[in-house]
Amino acid sequence: MVILSLVAMLPFGFNMSIDFKGGMLTEVTFQERPLQSAVESRIAALGLGGFSVRPSGALNYIIRTRVLTNEERQIFMEALGNPVVDRQNTIGPVAGAELKSKAVKAVVAVLLMIILFITFAFRKVSSTGLPRASRGVSSWKYGLTAIIALMHDVIIPTGIFVVLGHYIGVEIDLLFVTGLLAILGYSVHDTIVVFDRVRENLRINSEMKTEEDFEITVGKSVSQTLGRSINTSLTIFITLLALYFVGSAATKDFALLLIMGIVIGTYSSIFLASPLLVTFYKLQRR
Amino acid sequence: MRSRKHIYISAITLLLFVGLGYFLVIEERPGARFPFSFGLDLVGGTELVYTADTSNVSDVGGAMESLKEVIERRVNIFGVSEPLVQTESAGLVSGHSVERLIVGLPGVTNIDKAIELIGQTPVLEFRLAKPDTQKIVDANPKASIDELFTPTGLTGRYLSRAVVEFNPNTGAASVGLEFDKDGSKLFTDVTSAHKGEVLAIILDGAIISAPVIVDEISDGKAEITGSFTPTEAKELVRNLNYGALPVPITLSTSQIVGATLGEVALNAGVRAGIIGFVVLSLFLILWYRLPGLVSVVALICYVIISLIVFKLIPVTLTAAGLAGFILSIGMAVDANVLIFERMKEELRKGQSIYQALHEGFSRAWLSIRDSNISSIITAVILFWLGTSAVKGFALTLGVGVMVSMLTAISISRTFLFAVAPATDTPSKKFLFSNGLHK
Repeated sequence: MVILSLVAMLPFGFNMSIDFKGGMLTEVTFQERPLQSAVESRIAALGLGGFSVRPSGALNYIIRTRVLTNEERQIFMEALGNPVVDRQNTIGPVAGAELKSKAVKAVVAVLLMIILFITFAFRKVSSTGLPRASRGVSSWKYGLTAIIALMHDVIIPTGIFVVLGHYIGVEIDLLFVTGLLAILGYSVHDTIVVFDRVRENLRINSEMKTEEDFEITVGKSVSQTLGRSINTSLTIFITLLALYFVGSAATKDFALLLIMGIVIGTYSSIFLASPLLVTFYKLQRR
Repeated sequence: MRSRKHIYISAITLLLFVGLGYFLVIEERPGARFPFSFGLDLVGGTELVYTADTSNVSDVGGAMESLKEVIERRVNIFGVSEPLVQTESAGLVSGHSVERLIVGLPGVTNIDKAIELIGQTPVLEFRLAKPDTQKIVDANPKASIDELFTPTGLTGRYLSRAVVEFNPNTGAASVGLEFDKDGSKLFTDVTSAHKGEVLAIILDGAIISAPVIVDEISDGKAEITGSFTPTEAKELVRNLNYGALPVPITLSTSQIVGATLGEVALNAGVRAGIIGFVVLSLFLILWYRLPGLVSVVALICYVIISLIVFKLIPVTLTAAGLAGFILSIGMAVDANVLIFERMKEELRKGQSIYQALHEGFSRAWLSIRDSNISSIITAVILFWLGTSAVKGFALTLGVGVMVSMLTAISISRTFLFAVAPATDTPSKKFLFSNGLHK
């Protein structure tokens, strides 16, 4: 799935919105101003991609679209009923180069800090008095595994959105970026809960002097947290479904993105992160 | 009796929250002291349009981009959160190009202050004197800066830091400037190519010092020695550190603008939130029974506290901010679910309800703590390094997670101990267990 998503990003490319690309700003004055929703539906019918309409003063609308060609501009003005054009200019992106570089830096910093934190919080896992076979892996590998699961959770919804962008014109805007950040937060949260159970079971084993294969300890931990994982995801899922069906059109894509993120995040904590721990363990034993 | 103490505390807490809820409601009436501050996308605000004078700049695009960054930073520093700053290039219709900057500020409060603050941003430039300066001045004593000096391209956009310095001999205040990497290189090039010429430092259109270049300067540092008083020097340094403009700008219009997502979107969002919350509550109560009911009460407390914090800070609520809030609600629910699942396990082991409560809380605590610390780390870093929209998301997520730890642990716990029976009967056990079984 990860590879498939990465592959999808290559030919289709990101369908960036005017938040990132910049576009055109048109301010028009109406004799009698139509409703904002009416203007929106008229522009939407033209299929020009993402746009935004905001009222200004008593009779004006400020409309942001992508840069239109001369022909498109004519069709655009006709669709609006040929109001008086006050200004029509090209505009730069809201999210400029600075935002991009800062966002990348922030995400890298977050990933590093999470690895460090998990390494610290799980520092005792491998120093128990258990024999090697039941001790498991050292704590930084928990951190690394959490990050791999996280990348999986972020890359797949992005890939799906790229494909959707290609076929039905879903655009990547600033809200999409915050959505990815939310998935990132949830993914780590969910993975840590499962790892915490592994940590606890290892401790119990060491206190009881039970010798148990690491593989079995991990499996037991996953099944013990299964009920919680499903119920928690279900509750968030319910909230997001409400946002998707009842919320406004503007947040529909956003809700969809989060729903995918939650489902994939839950899936990866159970079926990706935990098996990976065992894989690391087996590699280490060789 | 332990559990009587919990009953008293619970009753007081409940009363407190009824009060806080009332506070939320009355503060939503017009003219309230702590209204919610909504972002540009949800309620609109004021739009300021500045015209930039780019006649002396060769790299117009680069200058406009750095202009955008400086203004964005400056507006953010002064507490107007989540502004929308965009460059605009006019001339699509008329033909001659005019560069503008659109600054959208959420809400309509403090607009005069914002205009004033943006107006105080200094314009810093380094210019070389033309070789025949003296002749030009002789011919025209009123010659302008443009006639006397040629731009070097070195401007406020390359400034990384300014500090106040004092001359150890005379005690006179001066302003030390440090350039960033590109600026240092440009400064080296200019100083090495023009030894012996005059390099004027021009601030807000006035020459404040015009030293002769003695030697190549390659460490990227410069000093402005004017006749500053220490206070003036400090003020200038503060303004320069908030960002110096590469080109002068003038305010051309300011107007009130509506929201992009609009009231419809806001109402739909609130409705979605309420429906989601009701379904979620039903699920929790049906699945977790009595503890589920307690967690719903705790969640309501959680929402009340968060909303009050959003009002008091105030946090600008935008679509991105609401995303952070939704995520934190999820985490608040998770804390409760973790505790209840743990209780169920303990009950299965045959422990009494009271013991199961104790064990459930103490065992779930570690995972709640660690998973929430990781969320707080994420929120702090994103807030620290991110820009507008990302910051808004990080702030609501951070506040939400911290409040949720408080409510999930302290409030749910107190309430549960208050309703916990001292003796176990099958029917009471039924109320405290969960799932589809008996």
